[in-house]
Amino acid sequence: MLNRRIVPCLDVRDGQVVKGVRFRDHVVVGEIVELALRYRDEGADELVFYDITASPEGRRVDRDWVERVAREIDIPFCVAGGIRSVVDAREVLHAGADKVSINSPALERPALVGEIADAFGVQCVVVGVDSLRDDDGQWRVRQYTGDPSRTRALRKRTLDWIEEVQRLGAGEIVLNCMGTDGVRRGYDIEQLKAARAICHVPLVASGGAGTPEHFTEVFRDADVDAALAASVFHSGDIGIPALKRDLRAQGIEVRL
Amino acid sequence: MRVVLVDAGGTNIGSVRYALQRLGTDAELTSSAAAIRAASHVILPGVGAAGPGMRMLREAGLVDVIRGLTQPVLGVCLGMQLLCERSEEADTECLGVVPATVRRFVDTPGLRVPHMGWNSLHVTAGHPLVAGLREGDTAYFVHSYAVPIGDYTLAASEHGMPFAAVVAAGNFMGMQFHPERSAGVGAQLLRNFLAL
Repeated sequence: MLNRRIVPCLDVRDGQVVKGVRFRDHVVVGEIVELALRYRDEGADELVFYDITASPEGRRVDRDWVERVAREIDIPFCVAGGIRSVVDAREVLHAGADKVSINSPALERPALVGEIADAFGVQCVVVGVDSLRDDDGQWRVRQYTGDPSRTRALRKRTLDWIEEVQRLGAGEIVLNCMGTDGVRRGYDIEQLKAARAICHVPLVASGGAGTPEHFTEVFRDADVDAALAASVFHSGDIGIPALKRDLRAQGIEVRL
Repeated sequence: MRVVLVDAGGTNIGSVRYALQRLGTDAELTSSAAAIRAASHVILPGVGAAGPGMRMLREAGLVDVIRGLTQPVLGVCLGMQLLCERSEEADTECLGVVPATVRRFVDTPGLRVPHMGWNSLHVTAGHPLVAGLREGDTAYFVHSYAVPIGDYTLAASEHGMPFAAVVAAGNFMGMQFHPERSAGVGAQLLRNFLAL
C-alpha cells in the first residue's frame, strides 16, 4: 500500500531556513542540515527546500548546501528555486537532490519542463504552481511569488496549466493555494479536489495547514498524495510523530 | 572489500555513494572495465530512462563486462531494470541477466504514475539480501516501469498490480526502490548487500 506523504517545506534564503506569512516578512528559523535531520528523525517522508529568493533575483541555487544535505539525509528531498535550465537541474541533481521543482521559469518557458524530463526522467521533475482565486471566481496562476513586489497575476488558469505541464512531462505537481497559505485555516480543499480530478501524476497539497485535522481532511477529501507544510512544523505546533498516529487512527495510510 | 559504482549517467550516483559512506564504505565511481571486474561488489545505480541508460553502458563498452561479472552486482531503480532482458520503455534491449521484461504501470483510473512514495515490502523468498526485513517495512519508490513478479522475486510491492521490489538471479540483484533514500530499511538492505 502506497503511503500518503508528509512533507515539511524549508524555505531557504542565504543558506538558512526562514519563514514568513503569505510569502512576506521572513525571519530566520534555523540551519538547513540541522533542521533537515530533525525532520528526518521525526518521520518526515520527504523534504522540500525552496530557495524563495532564487527565482526573482535570477540567483542560482547554491549547490553547497544541497550536497551537505544529500550526504546527511536518507530520505528523498527536492530543491526548488532558481532552476531555469537543464544545466541548473543537472547541478542540483548531481549534488544529490532527488527532484527539482520548477515554477516561475516554467511559466516563462514551458518547454523547460520537457527538457528536464527528457534529460533526467519525469520522476525528478516537479512543477510548483502558485494559485489564487480571482474576483471572477477562476483560479489563476501567479508568477514570481517569492518577491511580493514582483509577483504577477497571469491570465493562465490554474487547471489549464496543471493539464499542460503533465503533457510536457511533469512527474509531480505541488499546488500552492495562496489564498489559504500562511493563515492555518486548512488546505483549499475545493481547489485541490478540482486539481485532483485532472491530475494523473502525484499531487502535493500546499498552503493552509494549521491542525492535524487539516491533514486528515486534505488526504480524505482531496485525495492528494502528499501534504506539504512549513510553519506548523517549524513552530513545533504539530509534531510529525503525533500527526502520523492521528492520520493512521483516521484510516489514512502513513509510514510510521 | 572494494565497492564500485558504475557510472552510467544516473543522477543518484552521489546519493548512493553518500549512503555507502554513512555505512563506512567508500565506493569508487568508475566506468573502467578493469576496475569493475576487480571489484568485490558492483553497484549499478540509475535514474532516468532505459534507452539512454543502455546507450551509456554500450558507449562505455560495459555491456559484456557487466554480463560477465561473477561477484555480487546490485542494480538500483533503473539499474535493476537494466539487468532485465528488455524494457517496454522505448522497447529497449537490456543486459539480460535477470529473466524478466520491464513493463509500464497500466493506466488505470485513480492510479498515479509515476509510482512515487513510500510503499510496503513483502518478503516472498528467503535470501541474505532481504535478511532482517520485516513485513510492512517501507521503502521509497519513484518509477513508471516495473519488473513483474517471477522466480527471481525476493520481495514484492504493489501499485495497481504486484511487482518485484527486490530481485536476485544468481549474483545479479536489484532493488526497484531507492535504498539510499529509504531511511533505516534502505541502510539495512545495503548493509546486507555489502555482507554478501
